[in-house]
Amino acid sequence: MKRIALALLASFAFAATAAHAVEYGKVQPDKSRIAFDYQQMGVAMQGTFGKFVSELRFDPAAPQSASARIEVDLASVDTGSEEGDEEVARKTWFDTKGFPVARFESSAVKPLGGDKYEVAGKLTIKGTTRDVVVPATFTVQGGSGVFEGALTIRRGDFSIGEGAWKAFDVVANDVVIRFRITAAAR
Amino acid sequence: MDTHYTATAKLLHWLIALMIFGMLGFGFYMTGLDLSPTKLELYSWHKWAGVTVFVLVLVRLAWRIGHKPPALPAHMPAIERLAAHAGHHLLYVLMLAIPLSGWLMSSAKGFQTVWFGVLPLPDLLAKDKALGNLLETVHFVLNYTLIAVLLGHVGAALKHHFIDRDDVLIRMLPRRKG
Ligand code: HEM
Repeated sequence: MKRIALALLASFAFAATAAHAVEYGKVQPDKSRIAFDYQQMGVAMQGTFGKFVSELRFDPAAPQSASARIEVDLASVDTGSEEGDEEVARKTWFDTKGFPVARFESSAVKPLGGDKYEVAGKLTIKGTTRDVVVPATFTVQGGSGVFEGALTIRRGDFSIGEGAWKAFDVVANDVVIRFRITAAAR
Repeated sequence: MDTHYTATAKLLHWLIALMIFGMLGFGFYMTGLDLSPTKLELYSWHKWAGVTVFVLVLVRLAWRIGHKPPALPAHMPAIERLAAHAGHHLLYVLMLAIPLSGWLMSSAKGFQTVWFGVLPLPDLLAKDKALGNLLETVHFVLNYTLIAVLLGHVGAALKHHFIDRDDVLIRMLPRRKG
């Protein structure tokens, strides 16, 4: 009886470590992407950030202990036009010289069942930090863990677009940040 | 045989002429502005008005196909007839090609055209920066070509009126009462 109990315990322990062993944490930048959607004169527009570094630790067996940190190099923005890229680097937009990096740092990950999670954290852009909750999914694709999600922010909350751009009639307030972070198992 | 153009042809001619003169000035003015919300608004209005011109030109072409214009004056030598026909064909081509190049440029640059903010035009080209810049140059060069052809067009009309003293200009103008 005692031996069976021990064996059971051992196998539980093994199962637990086996599950923990699959921690996705080696970010694959070439398979990761950060884009944003916005509206200009009522027309849907897309942009991307070419350069960002991300750290990710995610174990599907223990999502609560997962963490994510993303730092976006704002100078790498691609708004679709050179004129636009130059404009958003200015003081009235990102003030890229003063605040070169936008940062997201997770504080808690809540599983919502299935592939779905809610990632709470702090988003810092242009010196303003705000608590955000990001709906995300986690799936395993081709052996890598893929974190995907979208977060709608209001550019006005971060003083992005001041002065003449402050009104939201030409460039809308809502901006959807879409991300896809791919990480291999460690 | 009636020596005048039809009222519809006249209306379309002068409406489109007015819009094109406006569009030329508008286009050169707006591209010189620094980026601002006003500039983005003007670009949108330019695109909307340009698409409107495109549609009017299609209507005009359809009308033209169904309604032969009055014959050219008998005194015109063959070379002038040829120049008139070539010039008019070129004007039709440019009136279509300029808005078309603008539309394609917008697509290639990733700025979809939504007519008056209501009717989205399909993007016939995928986003492609290099192609967008090329089409910008095409739009620009076509516009300069149009200006050159228009100078010839207006010059020819004035020559007919003041030098040849024929009815070529009159027959495109509103009929005098009585
Ligand atoms: C009758 C029709 C049109 C005329 C006469 C016209 C004329 C012009 C002119 C003169 C310019 C300035 C050229 C330059 O300095 O680069 C311009 C620029 C422009 N046009 Fe048009 N246009 C027409 C239709 C359209 C349409 C239908 C669209 C789009 C749907 C359009 C989109 C643009 C854009 C985006 C620019 C700015 C290019 C840049 O960024 O430099 N145009 N147009």
